[in-house]
Amino acid sequence: MTPLSFTLVVLGISYFAGLLGSLVGVGGGIIVVPALTLLMGVGIQNAIAASIVSVIATSSGAAASYVSERITNMRLGMVLEVSTVLGALTGAALAAHVSGRELYLIFAAVLTYTAWSMLRKRGAPAEPAPDALADRLKLHGRFFDRSLGREVSYRVSRSKLGMAVSYVAGVSSGLLGIGGGVIKVPVMNLAMGVPIKACTATSNFMIGVTAAASAAVYLMRGEVLPFVAAPVAVGVLVGARTGARLMGGMKNSLIRVLFVIVLAASAIEMLQKGLK
Amino acid sequence: MSASPEKRPAQAEDAISAVLRAGVGASLALIVAGTLLSFLRDGGYAAHRSEVARLTGEGGSFPRTASWLFGGLVHLDGQAVIVAGLLVLIATPVLRVAVSAIAFARDRDRTYVAITITVLLLLLLSFELGRAG
Repeated sequence: MTPLSFTLVVLGISYFAGLLGSLVGVGGGIIVVPALTLLMGVGIQNAIAASIVSVIATSSGAAASYVSERITNMRLGMVLEVSTVLGALTGAALAAHVSGRELYLIFAAVLTYTAWSMLRKRGAPAEPAPDALADRLKLHGRFFDRSLGREVSYRVSRSKLGMAVSYVAGVSSGLLGIGGGVIKVPVMNLAMGVPIKACTATSNFMIGVTAAASAAVYLMRGEVLPFVAAPVAVGVLVGARTGARLMGGMKNSLIRVLFVIVLAASAIEMLQKGLK
Repeated sequence: MSASPEKRPAQAEDAISAVLRAGVGASLALIVAGTLLSFLRDGGYAAHRSEVARLTGEGGSFPRTASWLFGGLVHLDGQAVIVAGLLVLIATPVLRVAVSAIAFARDRDRTYVAITITVLLLLLLSFELGRAG
């Protein structure tokens, strides 16, 4: 393989990763890491570093559209971000002392159950439980859903549960390197009563912020290879932009199905790592 | 004094959106330019067909000091231009949080100014801990 063909193939794969990641609110590492290591022969450490870059690219590439369309719930994202970063710090501190094996298996089970719950849920939830904290933090939101042709307004409930689960999501991403979006989107959607589009857009916002600190660390350690990271960043940025423009007009059920597929793939990946 | 309460957050979101577009545009431009330079200049990627093995190998780390970066930028070294683009990319989400802190401050929303600054400080802390670890 020549440097040119390497660049072009990675560009194509990354475009797809950015497209999918922006639609479902995850970073695309689930595509970028195996593609780089198995197909392209990149070392695992460098592939992980490139995938952290891809998380940021997905987030920023998509966010411009999501923010100006007002789909992102900035306040909710900021509140959950506090507990996510705290969780990530805890996870990084625990990483040296905890073996990942059982954790991978536990998370595989949790993600499988979550995928099942997401698949089963249809239509709008019942009357949201009153939540004084969500009122005080002004977490409720609304946006114009292009596929429905009307404004959707929603009330956020169970904000304490959401914060607790975001902390766990942070711990798992610090510990296992997986778990930002795949955990936060379901909890926002199923427990807090946030519409799926607002969930993926808000998750998209958060993953970029969380990844920024670790990306800077990887870059300083010299693990972000420019030759690998450049086509990943460009492909993902452009793909995420495409995805973010499409998402507003897409059916909610399609986004939900795409998310369940990504959840199932993550569960399988965790199962493999746990059984190794 | 007819500014409705709806107006302010809308402006904040437009400012954040503008920051994002600028950051993404600048990093895209730098990374694409750096890649083109790396391909087109003598001694760049195109020097050998077997370059991929070296460029993607575990030992393929590159010098990463500030002086290497600035020296490389002065000489239009493709790798340095790419790294500059990656730095802009990484800085964009952090900048976005900072801009939203300013927007919340203009709205006199103290709770969210505190929350946003907490996020920024935690990011700084995790960067420092990650660098040490």
